[in-house]
Amino acid sequence: MRDFLIRRLLALIPTLFFATIIVFFAIRITPGSIIDLMVTQHDIDASGTSREKIRHALGLDVPIYIQYGTWVKNIVLHGDLGRSLWKETAVVDEVKERLPITFELGVLGLVIALIIAFPVGIYSAMRQDTAGDYIGRTIAILGLAVPGFVIGTWVMVFPSMWWGWSPPLQYVPLLKDPVANLKMFLIPSVILGASMSAVTMRMTRTMMLEVLRQDYIRTAWAKGLKELLVVRRHALKNTLIPVITLIGLQLPILIGGTVIIEQIFALPGMGLLMLEAINQRDYPIITGLMLVMGLVILLINVLVDLSYGYLDPKVRYK
Amino acid sequence: MSVTYDEFAARKRRSFALSFFRRLFKEKPLGAIGGVIFVILLFTGIFANFLAPHGYNEINPIDRLQAPSAKYFFGTDNLGRDLFSRVIYGARLSVIIGFSATTISIILSTIIGLFTGFVGGKVDLVVQRFVDAWMCFPGLIILIVAVSFVGPGMIQVIGILGLQYGIAGSRIIRGSVVSTRENMYVEAARAVGASTIRQMLRHILPNIMAPIIVLFTTRIAAVILAEASMSFLGLGVPPPAPSWGGMLSGNGRDYMYLAPWLAIFPAIALAVVVYGINVFGDAIRDLLDPRLKGGSGRYSGSNVQIKRQAKQKEAKAA
Repeated sequence: MRDFLIRRLLALIPTLFFATIIVFFAIRITPGSIIDLMVTQHDIDASGTSREKIRHALGLDVPIYIQYGTWVKNIVLHGDLGRSLWKETAVVDEVKERLPITFELGVLGLVIALIIAFPVGIYSAMRQDTAGDYIGRTIAILGLAVPGFVIGTWVMVFPSMWWGWSPPLQYVPLLKDPVANLKMFLIPSVILGASMSAVTMRMTRTMMLEVLRQDYIRTAWAKGLKELLVVRRHALKNTLIPVITLIGLQLPILIGGTVIIEQIFALPGMGLLMLEAINQRDYPIITGLMLVMGLVILLINVLVDLSYGYLDPKVRYK
Repeated sequence: MSVTYDEFAARKRRSFALSFFRRLFKEKPLGAIGGVIFVILLFTGIFANFLAPHGYNEINPIDRLQAPSAKYFFGTDNLGRDLFSRVIYGARLSVIIGFSATTISIILSTIIGLFTGFVGGKVDLVVQRFVDAWMCFPGLIILIVAVSFVGPGMIQVIGILGLQYGIAGSRIIRGSVVSTRENMYVEAARAVGASTIRQMLRHILPNIMAPIIVLFTTRIAAVILAEASMSFLGLGVPPPAPSWGGMLSGNGRDYMYLAPWLAIFPAIALAVVVYGINVFGDAIRDLLDPRLKGGSGRYSGSNVQIKRQAKQKEAKAA
């Protein structure tokens, strides 16, 4: 267990490093020289000397690895991700404002996805190749094929056409009015969860099928135990533990999905901020958001892996 | 009757292809349907010019927002363009983007996976950490951020999709390479002096073709879906390109209240195509390598299964 922990945390360091490199590279290749931008914004004459001064002021005349170091130092020590180009706010403040909403949407979506995926996947495996299995698998693939934005758009358009009803669109913070808040998040979360459940359902079914072919399951049958008991006591844990690591892999897709859902339902979260920033070419926000998302996903993946090490007895008792 | 080895091998290859299709239609009817959908998509895409009654950008303000009729099978949109023709040209767009981006991504995945998987060691470790870091960022986010840098346009979208799925898929190819390189014939080749490249291309690559083909099919569906998502957000191929995702775009949502067919037909086309390709890919995977995880075995022991098998035996004997 300890070796596993140490190895996992060691693997974190180069991955973290590469993730920051990717974002830093993105910052460096943003189109439009920042010097031109500042020259036009502040009405400075564009001669060579003043450009040199601006280069020096922005720290662009030092070697690239020093620039990288300064950037990382700024983030780690000061929490400074830069300032928005158009609004007068710091990137960190913008992100902090939007994070809770995306977080809530993501958590609810994940919970709903698991509530759908686990029972259906397990049932599908227990009744392999029966009608129930085929129905479950078809629903799973439909969940994969019909994109979230299609269902979201339909939910916005058709009920308002047929019944004059539209989902609540006014954001209410969770602490102020939990009921209204949850009512607002219900439909977006269900749509997000439904799209995500498809992959988890198939993976659960696959793992369950494999587990059910093991010898210790056959022993349980031979002992004469009831089917549900066998599944619950022996098969379930072995099935679900690897699936938990899969959820870590699903996380990027979940966050990608929130971008679309937030756009459709006008939820002021990180995804919508990213879209606005892209439409306005507000590069500090774009890269800052990218970094935050990447780091959050990386962290959660590490936590999931570590929890896997705890849950799987083969690793825990090593 | 004696047969030369080459003739024998040729005969084996032919019968493999034929038996593959026979197995596809007999054992996996759902997959066969998916294959048919795939072929229909290809056909529609290639012959779009002949199949579409109007152009994809024939603006007819007089006929705007008309319901489906004999003249306009799927109705018209807000600019009076025939939706049926636009959906057909959308198939062509999906085929072009799907195939080019997937080909680029498979080539990239194979190069990375083959090289790192075979060579192993420090190179493998470093590249794998980089791939880990890359996959920490949500795919959709990478796609839209990249579009904000290089601008919208078909070539850019193809390149970005190829890059993103290329890096993400290298993991899978690498897995197959790592398991294939343990085989005796690879060691034998090395023992008689085959160079690294020769070993990779002549011995490993032909033996990982099955996973590569499966990856290719699943990737096409993923690429089509990703392009639709990007166009939905307005960050894909720019209008007036007939992208199915773009037709469902949030910008056109106002018109969907007046003309619901605008929200229905492109969505159905997208869902059917992605569903069909996914199911086809699943069937290919099950047929090409039943040892791959997918639950092609049976689990015996449950009362339900035993009773069902007994009933089947009775029915057959009767």
